[in-house]
Amino acid sequence: MTGIEKGPGPDAVFAAKLAEGTFEIQKCGGCGTHVFHPRVICPACGGADLGWVAPTGRGTVYARTVVRRKPERGGDYNVVLVDLEEGVRMMSRIDGIEHDRIVTGLKVTASVGEGAEGKPAVVFEPEGGAQ
Amino acid sequence: MSLRGKAAIVGTALAGCGEAHGKGAMEITIEAVHGALADAGIALGEVDAIATCQPLDMLSGLTLAQELGLSPKFTMNNRMGGSSFLSHTLWAAMLLELRLADTVLICYGSNQRTASGKLMTALGLPTYEAPYRPLFPLSSYALAADRHMTQFGTTREQLADVAVAARAWAQKNPEAFLRDPLTREDVIASRLVSDPLRVRDCCLVTDGGGAIVMRRSEAAKDHPRPPVYLLGGGEGTTHRDISEMADLTETGAVQSGQTAMEMAGVKPADIDVVQLYDAFTINVILFLEDLGFCKKGEGGAFVANGGIAPGGHLPVNTNGGGLSCVHPGMYGIFTLIEAVRQLRGDAGDRQIDSAELALAHGNGGVLSSQVTNILGTDATL
Repeated sequence: MTGIEKGPGPDAVFAAKLAEGTFEIQKCGGCGTHVFHPRVICPACGGADLGWVAPTGRGTVYARTVVRRKPERGGDYNVVLVDLEEGVRMMSRIDGIEHDRIVTGLKVTASVGEGAEGKPAVVFEPEGGAQ
Repeated sequence: MSLRGKAAIVGTALAGCGEAHGKGAMEITIEAVHGALADAGIALGEVDAIATCQPLDMLSGLTLAQELGLSPKFTMNNRMGGSSFLSHTLWAAMLLELRLADTVLICYGSNQRTASGKLMTALGLPTYEAPYRPLFPLSSYALAADRHMTQFGTTREQLADVAVAARAWAQKNPEAFLRDPLTREDVIASRLVSDPLRVRDCCLVTDGGGAIVMRRSEAAKDHPRPPVYLLGGGEGTTHRDISEMADLTETGAVQSGQTAMEMAGVKPADIDVVQLYDAFTINVILFLEDLGFCKKGEGGAFVANGGIAPGGHLPVNTNGGGLSCVHPGMYGIFTLIEAVRQLRGDAGDRQIDSAELALAHGNGGVLSSQVTNILGTDATL
């Protein structure tokens, strides 16, 4: 891709990939910057040459919170910000670990799982698998 | 050309703060407008520019013109969240200085407490955050607090002391919504909502409205009350969604504060009284650092043990803030009104002696928009 193309925009392209179980982020062909969330032009250089690449899936927890909810309303759940190796950050959830053991700096790995209402979403689990 | 001292606030009023049973948001707003015009000694028909921003009415500027029966030359409806009103003052000063308008009205009102009992907002969760169900906006601030605690060692007790200081000021303000005693232990024992933030780390949900009238400084002394001059202002917008904020420990208040203080020709140590949008306890710590009242990472120590409470080293949020006085959803205008009261000497038991310079600071979105105003008395011109 060398410029703004006809057809669906980056949000729809990302969603379609995710629905097929694929997590990809953008990379600028002009300046090499990785970009997430999906955008029309590169926020680093302003160029429109954004292509799709598969990230390594490896990341590090930047900040975490646990939303406290009564058990009868579904119980607690965590919300985190993860920095991917490519230098982009995303909101997500860490599965396979007790909420209170999630700390800044925890190494995590991405997969396509379920988000709110069962829709596909990128989620993480601790590097090396569930703890 | 600088806007320093070119425009002044000549009238202010509050309305419907706390619970305004049976009243709509725009009705509360208009009550505040009526009060501010009376305070300024100005007839409604003299208003030729208006500014507002309301939680649910996307065209609230148009509604305001309609309800006031005005055909203003300028209608400002710029929405940046709770900081909007501190931006409206800057645009007002520009219109006045360029003589495109002579009398600018800035106002806000909400009935969120009696209408819904919780934050009323037209905003939904961002596309790339919604799958993870963060509480809006609370979890965003919780993430910022978590990061600040991890990176700088800011403590649970220090966060609590922000709320304790706000309550101590509120106890001196007969108009404040919550005035019963609050201790550090009370805050830490309150219900955990989104770690590390607890109920008492969160602003109130109240009704309330406020209005401000601005005129050119040359005409500012033609009004009954002492004018309060806009000496400087600045903005900083860094993101919309918390997942897009580059550094959760540093806000756009660095830029907004520097811009405002350069325009005003003042430094943090010169400021007599500070009004910050305290949507959550972490906000106050972040803004005190970013505005230069202390170094980055030292905000926790700065606020601890009564540092910003009555008798502390810097008076912050002397009305009790959004944490204890009033918080009808978009609090920014209340920082301005409390600053004006302090500079006029109208603040009663909480009056800061010889207050000449005040800083008012608004926050919008999720630490997204930061706007700073520096206000001063006649002596600071």
